[in-house]
Amino acid sequence: MFKTMKTSQLQLFAMLAAMLLIVVFFSFATDGAFVSPRNISNLIRQTAIVGVLAIGMVFVIISAEIDLSVGSMMGLLGGIAAILDVWFHFPILFTILITVVSGLVLGLFNGWWVAYQKVPSFIVTLAGMLAFRGILVGLTDGVTVAPTSSSLAIVGQSYIPSGWGISVVALLCLGLVARVYTRRQARQKHGVENQSAKFEYAKATIAVSVLMGLLFILESYRGIPTPILIMGGLILIATYVAKRTAFGRRVYAIGGNIEATRMSGVNVERTKMLVFGFNGMMVAVAALILTSRLGAGSPAAGNMAELDAIAACVIGGTSLAGGVGAVFGAIMGALIMASLDNGMSMLDVPTFWQLIVKGMILLLAVWLDVKTKKAQ
Amino acid sequence: MKQPLLDMRGIIKSFSGVRALNGVSIQLDPGEALSICGENGSGKSTLMKVLSGVWPFGSYEGEIYFEGNLVKASSIRDTEALGIVIIHQELALVKELTVLENIFLGNELGSFARLNDEEMHRRTSELLARVKLDVLPDTPIRDLGVGQQQLVEIAKALNKNVKLLILDEPTSSLTTTEIEILLNIVSELKQQGIACIYISHKLEEVLALSNWVTVIRDGDHIDTRSAENLTQNDIISMMVGRELDELFPREEHDIGDVILKVNHATAKQAGASRAQVEDVSFELRQGEILGIAGLIGSGRTELMQCLYGSYDGNYEAEVELHGESLAIRSQRTALEAGIAMVPEDRKRHGIVPIMSVGRNITLSVLSQYSSWFGAINEDQESQDIDNYIAQLKVKTASSELSIKNLSGGNQQKAIIAKCLLTHPKILILDEPTRGIDVGAKYEIYKLMFALVKQGMSIIMVSSELSEVIGISDRVLVMHEGRLKGQFDHQGLTQEMIMNCAIKEDTANV
Repeated sequence: MFKTMKTSQLQLFAMLAAMLLIVVFFSFATDGAFVSPRNISNLIRQTAIVGVLAIGMVFVIISAEIDLSVGSMMGLLGGIAAILDVWFHFPILFTILITVVSGLVLGLFNGWWVAYQKVPSFIVTLAGMLAFRGILVGLTDGVTVAPTSSSLAIVGQSYIPSGWGISVVALLCLGLVARVYTRRQARQKHGVENQSAKFEYAKATIAVSVLMGLLFILESYRGIPTPILIMGGLILIATYVAKRTAFGRRVYAIGGNIEATRMSGVNVERTKMLVFGFNGMMVAVAALILTSRLGAGSPAAGNMAELDAIAACVIGGTSLAGGVGAVFGAIMGALIMASLDNGMSMLDVPTFWQLIVKGMILLLAVWLDVKTKKAQ
Repeated sequence: MKQPLLDMRGIIKSFSGVRALNGVSIQLDPGEALSICGENGSGKSTLMKVLSGVWPFGSYEGEIYFEGNLVKASSIRDTEALGIVIIHQELALVKELTVLENIFLGNELGSFARLNDEEMHRRTSELLARVKLDVLPDTPIRDLGVGQQQLVEIAKALNKNVKLLILDEPTSSLTTTEIEILLNIVSELKQQGIACIYISHKLEEVLALSNWVTVIRDGDHIDTRSAENLTQNDIISMMVGRELDELFPREEHDIGDVILKVNHATAKQAGASRAQVEDVSFELRQGEILGIAGLIGSGRTELMQCLYGSYDGNYEAEVELHGESLAIRSQRTALEAGIAMVPEDRKRHGIVPIMSVGRNITLSVLSQYSSWFGAINEDQESQDIDNYIAQLKVKTASSELSIKNLSGGNQQKAIIAKCLLTHPKILILDEPTRGIDVGAKYEIYKLMFALVKQGMSIIMVSSELSEVIGISDRVLVMHEGRLKGQFDHQGLTQEMIMNCAIKEDTANV
């Protein structure tokens, strides 16, 4: 069975296995508290911020670049949102719009330096990491901007009414099955070998039952948390962009071989800049969720978040050499990291141990990846 | 009975059930040279990987004896210790380091704290003299030409006390003079008792150099024959398993009006003293195959880069396409104007290795399939991919296979498909058949004639003079950045081109 699997599938399988292992371990260790509806709801709400950051970061890494400014940028954008909301009492929609546009602008700024001025992204975004944090502290005078309005709280703290939640998930499941069906049809038409129908539909069935199970658990607590719905929507959009659009295709090509892609007439510079722009927008969304959850804009917000995002991508099978990676993998990576955090906190593991364990997991994940690739 | 230096017996190597080598046996005495011929994908490089220890003992069937002892190598380091050194097609020198540093990389003399520079300097000079390379030991590698780098590799091998030297396609990027020098060196090494295994598609060299010729086809050992009395056609028919009526299938085609005029093309690297292309003017007609010959470094490739907008320095050229002047500033403008190029360096500029064959083919024309928000119509895309794979006979198990798994010839066909999808009026082929087996070469030539018959014009840069003469309608010869001569293919000989390409300048490697 393993021989016939592609590397990407093997990776997915390994990730699911790791996830299962983590869930089983913590469930036993916490006498089932880990899998209580309340905790699961909390856990995936915690995943939302790193998850959204990872969605943007995965594109950056696939294009063989890196963005270290994400944490500071999230702090700065969250601070801007808080200032607009608390100091100027902007309507919520304006606040969201201005924050997202600011994220786009900051991302494009990074991208312009990288793509057109040829400064290595490591340096550009390291500069951003320092400067954005500096701007944030300057703007807020180093004090927390609070309390945010009740309307801003909707973004990060509310839950979706159960009727809506159920219909959204049902729609999603139908879409998933339909997609498997149409893809098989298309492949058949072009004489490309399909995987066995059993295997593919079994995969779809598992996905549907996981979604249903999750829905059931969440509904038995307070419903689907809004940030998770936002992240879910972004996952769908980003996966579509990565897999089915010319832009996504070009990002993979650039990461795979930038010279050959340029020789193929692709506007490599513009594509790269847009990748950073897209990443900036994802950071803005994450910033809004963060500020809303904290109910405040803090000058220290988002510290080191870039490392969590990068770790999530890498654990999720994204190659730092570029050209390889997937949105879903990055989300799984974020989920694994959040589960470890959550589980260890429940067990009262000291913070220093949590850091050590997370570091080891990161190392282990990449080591396994390197090993399996070599074996092939 | 005398023991051979190398004795490989019944080597079998399988990859996930598929036999890449099916019982290959070769023997070699000191001072002899054996050439291994076969189409790409026939198993030559697998055999060399088995011999050099890339595939460790135990991962293959059969035995290897070297100087009478069974070889149980687990890595290249083990075989190098025995005196088996392989020099790859892609040179493995560190460009930033000097000749000396490269030769002693990993084998530095002296203690960890203090290197014995004097001794290393003396030994390097000796080695360089042995390979007749007239450069100082302190010259950085990046200042040397490809041919000179090849010689440094050989010097490096000599430093390791090589007994068996394996050369994998050593001449594929060398010019005729450079090849001659390399072949002379190898002959001398043979006289000094060093055995040599030579892998090449260039059959002239194979016959000139070797004592034995082994032909492998689809992993099977077809035959090993003495090189005496063997002709190129014998080897080719053993390689392809059928007689090729001719190497160059020239077909008559009509040549129309001038469609492209290039005037005063000049290209120069920032800060360089000499221009790589200097005031070159030429014309191209519709339906014409224009060959461009010249030594490496003569500015052939750079001239093409100016036409395609990919030159990485400053360049200027008055280009007129169909009577309209055209400023080519990037690959995009070239493609939009109807100029497509198959680049010289397939790995660096041609393929995106981890992407599928299909996706490589459509990379240039993604916007053709995209809706307003960029979604790709995969149905339409697959149709085009299927069509072109069939039309160009790209041999691949599936269009979804990574292109890196294909042989060089099939990768090249996929890159040509990528260019053809842009529906170019002018197709530039820079070394289109480098490192490609005879069968695929033949198909590419056939394709070129089919294309010009449809009215496309082709510019072909090539180091293989027989190819330039065999395929082109007209030949331009470049020398040190300038256009030195123009010939019609009728009555053109290799000597005429070489004389023109070298001119007053003496042979410089």
